[in-house]
Amino acid sequence: MDFQIEDEHELIRDAVRKVCADFPDEYWADKDKRHEFPWEFYDAMAAGGWIGIAIPEAYGGSGRGITEASIVLEEVAASGAAMNGATALHLSIFGMHPVVKYGTDAMKQAYLPRVASGDLHVAFGVTEPDAGTDTTSITTSARLEGDQYIVRGRKVWTTKALIAERVLLLVRTTPKEKSERRTDGMTLLLAELQRPEVDISPIDKVGRNAVATCEVVYDDLPVAVADRVGEEGKGFRYLLDGLNAERILIAAEALGIGRAALRRAVAYAQDRVVFGRPIGQNQGVAFPLGEAKMRLDAAELMIRKAAWLLDQGQPCGAEANMAKWLAADASFQTADQAMQTHGGFGYASEYHVERYWREARLMRIAPISQEMILNYVTEHVLELPKSY
Amino acid sequence: MKVLVPVKRVVDANVKVRVKPDNSGIDLSNVKMAVNPFCEIAIEEAVRLKEAGTATEVVAISVGASACQEQLRTCLALGADRAILVETDVDVQPLGIAKALAALQAKEEAELVIFGKQSIDGDNSQTGQMFAQLTGMSQGTFASEVAIDGGKVQVTREIDGGLQTIKISLPAVVTTDLRLNEPRYASLPNIMKAKKKSLDTVTADELGVDLTPSVEVVAVNPPAERAAGITVDSVEALVDKLKNEAKVIS
Ligand SMILES: Cc1cc2nc3c(=O)[nH]c(=O)nc-3n(C[C@H](O)[C@H](O)[C@H](O)COP(=O)(O)OP(=O)(O)OC[C@H]3O[C@@H](n4cnc5c(N)ncnc54)[C@H](O)[C@@H]3O)c2cc1C
Repeated sequence: MDFQIEDEHELIRDAVRKVCADFPDEYWADKDKRHEFPWEFYDAMAAGGWIGIAIPEAYGGSGRGITEASIVLEEVAASGAAMNGATALHLSIFGMHPVVKYGTDAMKQAYLPRVASGDLHVAFGVTEPDAGTDTTSITTSARLEGDQYIVRGRKVWTTKALIAERVLLLVRTTPKEKSERRTDGMTLLLAELQRPEVDISPIDKVGRNAVATCEVVYDDLPVAVADRVGEEGKGFRYLLDGLNAERILIAAEALGIGRAALRRAVAYAQDRVVFGRPIGQNQGVAFPLGEAKMRLDAAELMIRKAAWLLDQGQPCGAEANMAKWLAADASFQTADQAMQTHGGFGYASEYHVERYWREARLMRIAPISQEMILNYVTEHVLELPKSY
Repeated sequence: MKVLVPVKRVVDANVKVRVKPDNSGIDLSNVKMAVNPFCEIAIEEAVRLKEAGTATEVVAISVGASACQEQLRTCLALGADRAILVETDVDVQPLGIAKALAALQAKEEAELVIFGKQSIDGDNSQTGQMFAQLTGMSQGTFASEVAIDGGKVQVTREIDGGLQTIKISLPAVVTTDLRLNEPRYASLPNIMKAKKKSLDTVTADELGVDLTPSVEVVAVNPPAERAAGITVDSVEALVDKLKNEAKVIS
């Protein structure tokens, strides 16, 4: 057993912190309010080579593991950028995993270096109005016509659709009824997004408003067969392949928000004087913050373990899922307590904890809900009967 | 031109330091450490000289415990070519550090040595000057601008109430002021390259220098806490307090 932190990980943490320090809470509050993508921040992270951290070196990235990528996203979120900052990078840092793993060399050459440099944005189109948690129920279809697929259907919750040049799109090439297994018959396409056949409308939502998430309608969009990722019919399996890494990164982002919220709560508890003493002197204020610290640190341990297992090539489904649940839970509880600690001012935008609170809330819903994690743990770890 | 840059491991500038209960020093347990900010400016200046083709090699050096390797790695990630740690468990002071560096300079024979003007822990502002004395090199301290010109270096110095520009001969010692440059952040590709760069360790014994401190710290005390302000009811009362309590006017 060894908990020694590697020098390089400290270097990564420090360097990311320094970039983020140029983008204080006020920057994020402003971007959130204006619904503006944080280009200045994104460009600064791209210039430091951070976006390509997990893309193989052969394709212009740095080929580091999920441990390193999770440190970057945690620090971004912890800087106060929260999900506005993390989401801006997340899809570029890890979204191309199916292409890395299953794309042809030509596809990788064409797209990966541009993603690594920060130039190419790719969105992720899986969820549909009638297929969220139950992904296999998607109905967006692609039919083959010569050397093109023609895509028709409706996706929802496609993050970054407004600015992404392409979208990794999960479509049915065989309807569910005609597939041997419900997980068969789905194909992953790296489709062009900014086309006349595509209609994109942002969704009004609670928070993380610097990065728009959209409803996207595909009305006979042509996609070259060359832009198919891997084999036809195996798209769903390709997605499953990246799920553990995805869970870990999301957990690290949630952890970061929790850290930011706790930092503000502690500072406020020290400074705010009520009844002639700092409110933090009241155990009713202090103890919940102590609990928040313990929850966050415990979640962090699970994240580190899951990431370590994954980077060692060992199974980590249980740990990755648990890390996501623990971190999302700790993050929201901490943000909520931070708001409570601030009293009325916690409800004012000026103190930023309400922004953390809105964004921490998301982590219990998307990209995977807490309930589905519990389903995983009860079914696959405790081996109780499947409930659905 | 070879450039040496001595760097010091200090408490991170963002940390609120605490004095130990027995007043023997600052409590450094579990405190985040960093490269002294003035030394970061020195590294940046050296790396810029290299990028401009003026310097051929940048060597970062630290004198202290093995944990200083962390800060040397940071310097390598910022663009230094190699690093040397003079490892010692002694709580080193400016004179000892200057002697160790002078012994290394005898081997390295650098033409330019760039120091931070002071470290934010001890605030001594002595090491660069002592090193210049020990090595007989010319010195330009508190630099806000440095220009290499043939065998000379032109240094613009920040002095009380203005700037002074001097020209000194190489080999030279320069100490950096705050406005000399704005240090870059380490990029990920450079952090990765740093792993492959060499970081050598030597001991004070191997260099034949004695690092025993010559100054004894008797006590460290935190600054007095600021008392709450008061309102005075007349100009006379204010003048009286300024004169007799604060003693800022007479
Ligand atoms: C801000 C935001 C950004 C997003 N970005 C993207 C994106 O870029 N790309 C993309 O494809 N998707 C994206 N999503 C979609 C997200 O992945 C889905 O919202 C999520 O998977 C849940 O699906 P759903 O909303 O349809 O909920 P539903 O599947 O309708 O579930 C509703 C509720 O029922 C619960 N539930 C359902 N079945 C069970 C069961 N068997 N046991 C217990 N509980 C159950 C769920 O946990 C949930 O609480 C985003 C969502 C949000 C909010």
